[in-house]
Amino acid sequence: MKQENMKIIEQKMLAPNIFEMTLEGLIVQEMLVPGQFLHCQPPTRSDLLLRRPISISSIDLKTSQCKLIYRAEGAGTKDMSQLSANETLDVLGPLGNGFPVEDISEGELVIVVGGGIGIPPLYEVARQARLRGAQVMAFLGFASKDVMFYLEEFQALGDVHVSTDDGSYGTNGHLGIILDEILPQIEPSAVYSCGPTPLLAKVDQYFEEHPRAYVSLEERMACGVGACAACVCQTKDKKTKKMRLKKVCDEGPVFATGVVNI
Amino acid sequence: MNRLAVELPGLSLKNPIMPASGCFGFGAEYAKFYDISQLGAIMVKAATLEPRDGNPTPRVAETPSGMLNAIGLQNPGIEEIMSDKLPALERFDVPIIANVAGYTIDDYTSVCERISQAPNVKAIELNISCPNVKQGGITFGTDKDVAADLTYRVKQIANVPVYVKLSPNVTDIVPIAKEVEAAGADGLSMINTLLGMRIDLKTRQPILANQTGGLSGPAIKPVAIRMIKQVSEVVNIPIIGMGGVYTVDDVLEMYMAGASAVAVGTANFTDPLICPKLIEGLPQRMDELGIESLAKLIQEVKEAR
Repeated sequence: MKQENMKIIEQKMLAPNIFEMTLEGLIVQEMLVPGQFLHCQPPTRSDLLLRRPISISSIDLKTSQCKLIYRAEGAGTKDMSQLSANETLDVLGPLGNGFPVEDISEGELVIVVGGGIGIPPLYEVARQARLRGAQVMAFLGFASKDVMFYLEEFQALGDVHVSTDDGSYGTNGHLGIILDEILPQIEPSAVYSCGPTPLLAKVDQYFEEHPRAYVSLEERMACGVGACAACVCQTKDKKTKKMRLKKVCDEGPVFATGVVNI
Repeated sequence: MNRLAVELPGLSLKNPIMPASGCFGFGAEYAKFYDISQLGAIMVKAATLEPRDGNPTPRVAETPSGMLNAIGLQNPGIEEIMSDKLPALERFDVPIIANVAGYTIDDYTSVCERISQAPNVKAIELNISCPNVKQGGITFGTDKDVAADLTYRVKQIANVPVYVKLSPNVTDIVPIAKEVEAAGADGLSMINTLLGMRIDLKTRQPILANQTGGLSGPAIKPVAIRMIKQVSEVVNIPIIGMGGVYTVDDVLEMYMAGASAVAVGTANFTDPLICPKLIEGLPQRMDELGIESLAKLIQEVKEAR
């Protein structure tokens, strides 16, 4: 974990307000698992004190480059979206525990379930699963066709099922409709999910007892390193059933299913 | 001669920079970034008698040049802090200032009695000013008689010097500071956060689940400077200044207001290396301003009054 001014190699808009930023730096060599995040400092707004946690969407150890896909929604991410190639971004990372992928083996069925801006970290999961010879199935939910991104990238890795809230692409409605239809027919070896709380709750419910199913949480953070205790979630010990608060930033953001009170 | 060294009750500081309570966990989190033995001291997260879960989330909200928090003193309780958190800091050559909070005076005295026995705890910071808990916290800090009574009681049992952390959420901080000094406080910490609120325009609801929270960051620095100046003119005990410190100039401004050491809070979240950067940057700025040593600066500020 370190602080670094990473060099911006490229910044492009994937969809309205959805940006993909390619960064290069030493930190990349520490990115050994998908699902971690970078804590990014808004570059020009000195009145914004807090860093923005942005998940890492892909990692390339050979070129020391990684990509972040984020939505420019608030003042900080809008500020980040103004940066262009050759400028730098002050980041802290890689932070948090990512998705365990080291036990994925050839021929296994791996599913990723993501909604909206929760989808990016699942791309690296899917990519690494494919590299390990797994069969990948992606379930992706978007608000509409306009804000859809990375469809082709996921299609290059396996089967993709898409829903849009407004019906402008794929199944009309939320992703749960597709999950209810397909999940009873398959037996995934591993499950990885990130997205809105209702989606995570659904995945958690379906795979509560699954030994290799994971959800990635989001919570407002301040420090990002476990010092301030701002971003806690309620968890229960599977054996003792005892409830305990855990910090999303450093004890998460990835948790096994059946553990977090979603 | 170490130009940055400062002697305070219970604390021989190699430099005046210390992370403020609540902003540095129990130290280990930032030990991943740098050798925390460089620090003047560490004010660890508040300890209470029983473990506390704190408030519901969201617990933080951003404000212009500031931050609101409503953590609610989440901590594992005195037992785990004594058995686990404080011993983990013993390998670092840095004095610990233990922040203590409670619902009742007995809570405070029990925790102070225990925590002052930890070998690396060199002072207690009595938290009578947390704005984010319904019982205890700020209620002790807004009534001068209650604050004085608590200080007196804690002083009877604590084995280390006691610094009382004052609340800025009062009409006049001066009488409270005076009463606390008269009750035996060895020093003061000031200021804690200012009570504030933000509302989300889309949901029309307060952003913080707790509705209100404590405002920190550069936005509150002028308030801290004003209060430190007011109080330092009427008390004879040292003040650890805090509230929006981000730069070496902020550190020296706190000194010129009457502080004898400086704690850094929210800035740790923006820049995890802020404390060592301030320690490194201070001598050059002191040269530019003709400040020979911090000990001398404290003396000069006192004599000028």
